[in-house]
Amino acid sequence: MKLRLRIASLSAPLIALAISFGLSSLILLFIGKDPVETFQIMFEYGTKGKSIVSIINRSIPLYISAIAVAVGFKMGLFNIGVEGQYLMGSLIAAFVGSQFSIITPIHILFIILIAVSSSALWAAIAGYLKVKKGIHEVISTIMLNYIGTGLISYSLTNIFDEPGSDYELPRTPELPESGKMPPLNNLFNLEDLQDLHGFVFVAIIVGIFYYWLVWKTTLGFDLRITGSNPVAAKFSGINPNRLIVVAMVTSGGFAGLVGLGPLLGYFHRFTIDFPTGLGFAGIGVALLGRNHPFGMAVGALLFAFLERSSQILDLNDVPKEIEQMMQAFILLIVVVFYEIIRRFIVKQQIKDASKKVET
Amino acid sequence: MTKNIYKFLLKRYVVITPILLVLVVAQIESYSQLTTSGTFGAAVRLAIPIMLAGLGGLYSEKTGIVNIGLEGMMIMGTWFGAWGGYTFGAWQGVFIGMLGGALFGLIHAIATVSFQVDHIVSGVAINILAAGVARFLNVIAYQDVAFASSTASPRIQGDIGRLTVPYLAGGKINDNETFNLFGSIEDLDLFLVSDAAGLVLGFLSNISHLTIFALALIPLSVIVLWYTPVGLQMRSVGEYPSGSESLGVNVYLMKYFGVITSGALSGLAGSYLVVAGTGTYLEGQTGGRGFIGLASMLFGNYKPFGILMGSGLFGFADALQLRSPDAVHGLLIVISIFLFVLTLKNFYEKKYRVSVITLILSGGFLIWFLNSTSIPNQFVYFTPHITTLIVLSFANQRIKLPEKIGVPYKKGELN
Repeated sequence: MKLRLRIASLSAPLIALAISFGLSSLILLFIGKDPVETFQIMFEYGTKGKSIVSIINRSIPLYISAIAVAVGFKMGLFNIGVEGQYLMGSLIAAFVGSQFSIITPIHILFIILIAVSSSALWAAIAGYLKVKKGIHEVISTIMLNYIGTGLISYSLTNIFDEPGSDYELPRTPELPESGKMPPLNNLFNLEDLQDLHGFVFVAIIVGIFYYWLVWKTTLGFDLRITGSNPVAAKFSGINPNRLIVVAMVTSGGFAGLVGLGPLLGYFHRFTIDFPTGLGFAGIGVALLGRNHPFGMAVGALLFAFLERSSQILDLNDVPKEIEQMMQAFILLIVVVFYEIIRRFIVKQQIKDASKKVET
Repeated sequence: MTKNIYKFLLKRYVVITPILLVLVVAQIESYSQLTTSGTFGAAVRLAIPIMLAGLGGLYSEKTGIVNIGLEGMMIMGTWFGAWGGYTFGAWQGVFIGMLGGALFGLIHAIATVSFQVDHIVSGVAINILAAGVARFLNVIAYQDVAFASSTASPRIQGDIGRLTVPYLAGGKINDNETFNLFGSIEDLDLFLVSDAAGLVLGFLSNISHLTIFALALIPLSVIVLWYTPVGLQMRSVGEYPSGSESLGVNVYLMKYFGVITSGALSGLAGSYLVVAGTGTYLEGQTGGRGFIGLASMLFGNYKPFGILMGSGLFGFADALQLRSPDAVHGLLIVISIFLFVLTLKNFYEKKYRVSVITLILSGGFLIWFLNSTSIPNQFVYFTPHITTLIVLSFANQRIKLPEKIGVPYKKGELN
């Protein structure tokens, strides 16, 4: 692709950002707040050292969740069930991981394995229902989210609850010391700040792995070709049913990693207030980052920045919920602009090609 | 003739066996709640929002636009319905809720029709946007109002009004009690007859005026979509847009019309939850009912009366979940026997592996039934959702989708 067109395709998210900020400013004006001042407060708070660590920590699960969604998106499969899948995986991994103790790297690797496989299994149900029963994955994964929530809350209370605990609410036993991921503060000389989760390395590895999987392997090629032209894919000998199940299971496998950042780095057990909503947030990040490993990283950091920096707003008498609106605006506008720019690029390419033919 | 009826029944065994089993199980004292008029009444109340969402999905999908955003439009309906109800009154709330849903329908239409964004991507974005907007609006609208929080609105004013049919269901005429025909039949406790009377009574007594309005939309939709020129144009746009274009149909206009109607109906579904249900907006109140509505549309094979049937089924599951968790326990034996019937069928058709699996499952449910007296609350909570999955996995093979569903259409492009 020519440089000119590359720049054009990058302009979509920037335009979307600008418009969303404009819309949010209008809303702020409407409720009688000064937008410039509000954004200034947000920016100042969001770029403090403490906030930056928190933003990185928040962006880890967001990023992995986006990757889980993106694996499906690449072939036109909409896994809306990352939410249920990661909670399921985190609960089982938190319980199994708390039952024994071995040296740290093996222990953590084992917890990761448990989480990935249980989430992948849960996701496989949706794949099965689509292939064998023809139920669209959006409906089945949404329903499985509700079913999962029920199963999780039942098993947390009745099966995985810490025995003999005097804590009122159900929770799994705490992970032993060997199952906790050490923070990275010593590595970067951040003694006076809160813990920077060690899982950030895993997130980077997952990003690279995702890139390799989708752009450098046969499976990835099959995914991409099915996404861009299902008919051509079928004629090239790809078995769509098998691919649907494989994509669903892979997506679920990535989903299993979503909850592990918070679990290994901070919570060390599964409780009622374990972070939820990361699966849905991941869909937004994947759409914003166009399923590209780098784009999604930027998207995850951006959303994490908005979330963190909006925390200060309540102190300044601005409802912090404006941030959720901003995220949603960015999302909706960016999908529209991606489509506009895509059509523009196709037109340009046709023009260039016809010019070549003429000369 | 008799043979045909027999064949018809055998073909529909998936629907008929569970119904019969439920009727039989309902004769047992502790599960009698399964078929009382109270349960059916609740089923009607819970089915209406699902039906309206399903009908909304129908209008959109008939014009070729997939509408995953039903849930978001429903959320808008709940918020605007509650806001309108609190500020102006119940019926005004319903109307404003519909407008709120229609507004989001318009956004979906702009994205998918004018800009050809992928329908599911846009729908997902709509759902996320709706959740954020509802939260934000709720915070800024009720800042100084008592009994409101960031996730709940104050109560709406006034009441939508209720109707109990006189003579048949014991309604009042000029404040005089009348005879309750179906009520007395239900009290007789006759097999099948009393259960049927309970079903009818559920439809006739204490029915919200809004329910009547909503039910009237079913035949109205049949007329609009199948017996008017506009309906024909809408359906043709979903089947063969470039052909319609060549005949002078304004494809974009029809698609806009379908999606906005879809939004308005989902908004109505949302405001029904508030105005005829809780009386306040609560965050997360829709609980996936927009998606269940979509499922009921698929179950109903894109036909309004089919949607009514489907939503009735899901409403029934929801009603059991809310009203009589104990009766849900009785469903375990129903599932067990039904799986056993499936085993026999598969065995007869020489599908031995499947029949072994269903036999094991059937035994599992039987053991669960015998070894427990109730189902844990957490399981009861997802009854409607698992019903959706089970029903769809049996019903899905015979669906006739609109030909160009989900395919973006741009004027002047052949596709």
